[in-house]
Amino acid sequence: MALSSRHLLGLQGVPKEDIQTILDTANTFREILERPIKKVPTLQGKTVVNLFYESSTRTRISFELAEKRLSADAINFSISGSSVSKGETFKDTMKNIEAMKVDMVVVRHSAAGTPLYLTKICNSNIINAGDGTHEHPTQALLDMYSIRQKIGRLEGLKICIVGDIAHSRVALSNIFGLKTMGVKVSVCGPSTMIPRDIKDLGVDVIYDIDEAIQENDVLNVLRIQLERKAREYFPSIREYAKYFGITQERLDKIGKDILILHPGPINRGVELSSEVADGSSQIILYQVTNGVAIRMAVLYLLGTLN
Amino acid sequence: MKIILKNVDIIHPEDIVNLKGTSVLVDNGIISKIGELNQAEIRGAKEFDFSGKILVPGLFDMHVHLREPGREDEETVLTGCNSAAAGGFTGVACMPNTEPDIDTAEVVKFIKEQAANHLVDVYPVAAASLGRKGEIISPMAELVEAGAVAFSDDGVAIRTSAVLRRAFEYANMYNTPIIEHCEDESLADGAMNEGVNSTLLGLPALASVAEDIIVSRDILMAEYTGGRIHIAHISTKNSVNLVRDAKKKGIKVTAEVTPHHFTLTDDAVKSYDTNFKMNPPLRTQDDIIAIIKGIKDGTIDCIASDHAPHSIEEKETEFQFAPNGIVGLETIVGLSSTELLHKNKISIEELVNKLSINPRRILNIPIPKFEVGAVANFTIIDPDLVWTVDVSKFKSKSKNSPFDKRLLTGKAIAVINRKKMYADNQWIDLVSA
Ligand SMILES: [Zn+2]
Repeated sequence: MALSSRHLLGLQGVPKEDIQTILDTANTFREILERPIKKVPTLQGKTVVNLFYESSTRTRISFELAEKRLSADAINFSISGSSVSKGETFKDTMKNIEAMKVDMVVVRHSAAGTPLYLTKICNSNIINAGDGTHEHPTQALLDMYSIRQKIGRLEGLKICIVGDIAHSRVALSNIFGLKTMGVKVSVCGPSTMIPRDIKDLGVDVIYDIDEAIQENDVLNVLRIQLERKAREYFPSIREYAKYFGITQERLDKIGKDILILHPGPINRGVELSSEVADGSSQIILYQVTNGVAIRMAVLYLLGTLN
Repeated sequence: MKIILKNVDIIHPEDIVNLKGTSVLVDNGIISKIGELNQAEIRGAKEFDFSGKILVPGLFDMHVHLREPGREDEETVLTGCNSAAAGGFTGVACMPNTEPDIDTAEVVKFIKEQAANHLVDVYPVAAASLGRKGEIISPMAELVEAGAVAFSDDGVAIRTSAVLRRAFEYANMYNTPIIEHCEDESLADGAMNEGVNSTLLGLPALASVAEDIIVSRDILMAEYTGGRIHIAHISTKNSVNLVRDAKKKGIKVTAEVTPHHFTLTDDAVKSYDTNFKMNPPLRTQDDIIAIIKGIKDGTIDCIASDHAPHSIEEKETEFQFAPNGIVGLETIVGLSSTELLHKNKISIEELVNKLSINPRRILNIPIPKFEVGAVANFTIIDPDLVWTVDVSKFKSKSKNSPFDKRLLTGKAIAVINRKKMYADNQWIDLVSA
């Protein structure tokens, strides 16, 4: 039941058995979350630092809740109100934090590779909570967990990731994890948002959203960034919604069930129409609950490894 | 002071000297005799036994960043020259992206003054446009008069075709080349080569076509104006092919490559080690094959280090925020010897052409003569010396090299120029009594 690594930096190269272990462990914690008293003493005495160099309330709260439910001492360290603004180097900051006898570090950073760098300069278990446009393994794990809960399996499924693939850490982690679990993975989105070399990852590319709906069992729909920088990759939000947005009309055409996931928060009327968003809201909120269970599983498995 | 370099093999591709196991008598820094020496000539001389070593015209690195003025914490003209001598170079051309830029005669003179008493000749490359902003061409006549040997906006390409045209036309009055860092600005927003590795690593990517576009533009403009274009640190297969075709058409184009671009691929970035971050970025095996072909067939004229010292604080950061470049002067000979000479890609004569003769020819700098009465300007190379790179021993002020702990075969063991000698970590003044 032990994992093969003492860190969770990403899902690239993580063996099938490890993913299975995490998903199975999450099951146990999912049950605990349904109990009136949702706390277990598993990580009592352990200190976990949530090191967030990029604001992400949802992910941080999810981790924090998971830590507290495992009885760990959780410390939040976010970019605002920290020494980052004082010009302290990243390395110094990390060394200082570790000097406070920390056991695990959950890190979110805008630069790819930061979690790997942390493993080289400190001894704590490192959990990647999203690094640049690289990986966001716990999000992919909770996506996989949610699919497995709803459909009963992963192996043999056809799953399409829809949206801005090139600038998404969620997409990359999903691709690595799903492929390991025997899923046939495709991506769908405007060609400017799909990496040139994505096929080398063993992924199919679809440019027609109706085809993507028709051909797959699950759509994992990513949030489209509406900031100006991201907007350079497609002509207009209207055009995106028209050609890549998922509407009830499009879903009705296929005459079969399709599971729709979304990491949230949804841009209603852009990647999902309101009707679809509300229709699948159950799974989307379900994903949020599963997020806590998955993070408890990861924290537990890494925290009890040493 | 008299010194004798004994039992040395002499190679000078230009003077077509090729002597085995001979002796060279240097008197007060001037070549006094080449060949067998008699008792009177030997008397009182300090002898260096260089059996099995090769004596070549002093090596020249035409692309180094000496950081002075502005970033003396990373390198100075003096420490850069020490690094050059330790690496086997008797001459360097330094790039203009200092603070302030080398875009006035005063800065050119300042840099030359810093190196005035050094063994290593320093030739500034001045900015092609004021402040390297790509708006107004620099005062080229004044800069040439002060000692600039070429023009470049290195760090970036000359921004617009209009300024490029004027730069070619103006520089051409002085037969001075334009050195271009070829990268389309609008495609330049990345930290590593675009490819499957950048996708896997989630790092913002630089497309190789950004280099090819500017190489194409510059070649067309060189043809149109009759100007001389030198492509700095060429790194892509397409760019090598473009230069080859342009040379066939008689366009005045030359090119240099760095050792890291024929030694490493973007696989190395998988460690997110910022010592593998440079611009142009490390490319693919396909590009290396094309570059080696270009080195062999003469498409690529020179090997240059793109010596780019950076402080530890600056490099020890997130990959995508780290500055570009590596310390190169002290590994370029070893890497060229290991990767090209010992892998039978090119002969020692060709290597000397690319590390000594061609860069000087491109920059209109006199080539050291091997004749009695000439100033001795030599590099002595031990082509078979096996050694391990140790960045802590670098003479450069900075240590940012991806080649630390790498085993190399071939090393420059001594240099002589401007009546000085550097060997075994020691400076010897050749005119003292
Ligand atoms: Zn450059």
